[in-house]
Amino acid sequence: MPVREPTPLLARHPDLPRRLAAVAPGAKLLTRPAEWAPYACDGLTARRRRPGMVAVPADAGEVAAILRLCHALEVPVVPRGAGTGLSGGALPREDALVLSLARLDRILEIDPEARTATVEPGVRNLELGEAVAPFGLFYAPDPSSQVACTLGGNVAENAGGVHCLKYGLTVHNLLAVDLVLMNGETVRLGGGGLDGPGLDLLPVVCGSEGLLGVVTRLRVRLLPRPESVRVVLAAFDALRRAGDAVAAVLRAGILPAGLEMMDRLALRAVAAYLGPGYPECEALLLCELDGCAEEAEALAQRVARCFAEGGAVEIQVARTPEACRRLWAGRKAAFPAMGRLAPDYYVMDGTLPRHRLGEVLETIAALAREHGLAVANVFHAGDGNLHPLILYDAGVPQQREAAEALGRRILEACVAAGGTITGEHGVGVEKLDAMCIQFGRGELERFHALRRAFDGKGLLNPGKAIPTLHRCAELGGMHVQRGRLPHPELERF
Amino acid sequence: MGDRTRELAEQVQEAARTRTPIAPLGTGSKGFLGNPCRARPLATTGHTGVVDYQPAELVVSVRSGTPLPELVRLLAREGQALPFDPPAFPPGGTVGGAVGAGLAGPGRPWQGAVRDHVLGLTLVDGKGSVLHFGGRVMKNVAGFDVSRLLCGSLGTLGLILEVSLRVTPLPETTCSRVFTLDAEAAQSCLARWLRRPFPVTGAAWEGGRLHLRLAGTEAAVRAAVRRLGGEQEHPAFWTALRDQTLAFFRRRDRRVLWRLSVPPNAPVRGHDLEATLLDWGGAQRWVLAAPDDPGPERLAQTLGGYAVRFRQEPPARPWQVLSGTLLWLNQQVKRSFDPAGIFNPGRLHPGC
Repeated sequence: MPVREPTPLLARHPDLPRRLAAVAPGAKLLTRPAEWAPYACDGLTARRRRPGMVAVPADAGEVAAILRLCHALEVPVVPRGAGTGLSGGALPREDALVLSLARLDRILEIDPEARTATVEPGVRNLELGEAVAPFGLFYAPDPSSQVACTLGGNVAENAGGVHCLKYGLTVHNLLAVDLVLMNGETVRLGGGGLDGPGLDLLPVVCGSEGLLGVVTRLRVRLLPRPESVRVVLAAFDALRRAGDAVAAVLRAGILPAGLEMMDRLALRAVAAYLGPGYPECEALLLCELDGCAEEAEALAQRVARCFAEGGAVEIQVARTPEACRRLWAGRKAAFPAMGRLAPDYYVMDGTLPRHRLGEVLETIAALAREHGLAVANVFHAGDGNLHPLILYDAGVPQQREAAEALGRRILEACVAAGGTITGEHGVGVEKLDAMCIQFGRGELERFHALRRAFDGKGLLNPGKAIPTLHRCAELGGMHVQRGRLPHPELERF
Repeated sequence: MGDRTRELAEQVQEAARTRTPIAPLGTGSKGFLGNPCRARPLATTGHTGVVDYQPAELVVSVRSGTPLPELVRLLAREGQALPFDPPAFPPGGTVGGAVGAGLAGPGRPWQGAVRDHVLGLTLVDGKGSVLHFGGRVMKNVAGFDVSRLLCGSLGTLGLILEVSLRVTPLPETTCSRVFTLDAEAAQSCLARWLRRPFPVTGAAWEGGRLHLRLAGTEAAVRAAVRRLGGEQEHPAFWTALRDQTLAFFRRRDRRVLWRLSVPPNAPVRGHDLEATLLDWGGAQRWVLAAPDDPGPERLAQTLGGYAVRFRQEPPARPWQVLSGTLLWLNQQVKRSFDPAGIFNPGRLHPGC
């Protein structure tokens, strides 16, 4: 079927820049293709497109004015934060306006007594963390892109991070947002306290990938920084043993602040990048415990015991901030380190019930062999959130396609094990097909209806996050009903 | 235990066909919440049982008609609990009711709301379709988060059939302390204490006494008691606060019991402190007022929050006032789940 290219935005609406300037005089308007390069993609760099044009409003009032105008003219809008998303949620379109929130970047209030902060969406995650640190407080979600990613983007993706096992995702730490709807109206969801009036729409907006509205202000909760931290490292000679040790820690009633795993290939990449540091092994666990000094130490002892009973071949406990930082350094460098192993990598983001970690990791290894590609695993074991990194070389013909095919098989394996296709990176454009594995027609219809409730014309970030029913039908109905694939008798892995 | 999915879905389909308003019902223990609405009860009685529970996963999947006390007992046998600690109003509710009402106990600011622990659910929507949202895993950003939206929707969006809940380990130890302080002094103590990483899981003030609950590891609780002081108190206080059986709630008489949700450090000066109980470290305030007194609602707005008439007999006035774009959006969302408007029409708001 021939795909018709949409008419570029400025060809369809030549007077749009003039009309935008009239309603949002402070906004920067980028109308020349030469200015669009930074907006051509987000963190999913394999997918690039030209935007129709780019607007960078100065404040919330201008955001509303721009959306109102675009609504009237039926111009699609792609909201954009820092562009660090990994699923193409901010991928532009030729027929759409990119709305950058970069200039709404003020921290409006830090209230140490209420333990909250009110910020604009363009404030960077780490910047907020640094601003509240002098009060002895911290903002819990800490996605690995926290140096660059913004809080507005964190809301759109429901960002997690290393510490969400104990302290929750963005949805657990978000108290209120001002949301501008596509028609230009603003609603405040949530309240001054811990909840808001009416239906609880905040969790729906959180993780909605810019389809429901544009956040122009948000209030988040801050937590007291724990007094003391310990990090326990354990090396295992089998992935499955490490997986079982994760379950044993949780079963023992311990809720670590973070619990991460790396496999042999990931460890090799880190060693090549940072030099030797971790013991050589099949699987490495890093477990962070916090609390008052006595508590953190007692927990670290118990976790070390769990790991020893689980067959760890080596255990180390870091007790000083410096020693903890040293143990974390390799984990934090894991993604950049992959560049040492292959020119390109493709990050997956499936989530699993934790008791199936070991088994699915073995399935992934088998699938990788079948596709002739290497897969390294670096992930949030405590949450069951896998990040298999498929290594490939885009310069070799067919390798990118092979990597994507392997990715789909891995996600199918996650869903078949009772998990999900994306734990924290979002659907964007990348996992639209995988959504058809996860959901049936009824659920997808409900998502579309919910979207129309917020944006009746479907102009906000169209073509992202929720696949059309048509698309899923064309894929041939691979929906995995509640962990059961159709025709379970067929060999798939 | 039994699975009544098909039968319940058929009843919803029938109601949709005949446009008969229906009211999802567990045991009716929270029937007083919301506006009165005329609808035929659709009870989940008998739709019970734990579908899946693996303690090491910290997740339990359970049918909505399961009595809440039964689930709590089952979890306790494995050393686990529902972190949101829902109230058990007589005659004791169901799991579906706890999720639909969205009420959390005194630990809410530290242990999270109901919706913070709902990982997935199955529901019958207004067309009678059985739909599955979310899952059994901790992190899941595939599709809009419908499961959490159902929390506190008071049965206006659909009939909940099954929920997957995150559970947490029971604390090693729990200890309750009480301090004699007036409201302002209590508030300033809390402002200081709650900024520190003490293992607090409850902070409430009433009648000149500040109650503090500490829970966690022995080491952490012992260290906190040493630093904070106070007198030992029986932990039954917290259950009575959660279930509204404290003397404060019993002396309501004909007055309205208001629930105010405000910033925890909002000034207490505007309150009639004789008729106010501060919970959630000050973020949830229970206020008794005469039926025709709109004062609590105005006060909540002045303090940057909102108020609901939590209990009033007879239910003469709206449970909660919503207006403008927010009301419109609530109505839009309601219609997207229930186009015929059969689920508890008007219980939350006009048109919701």
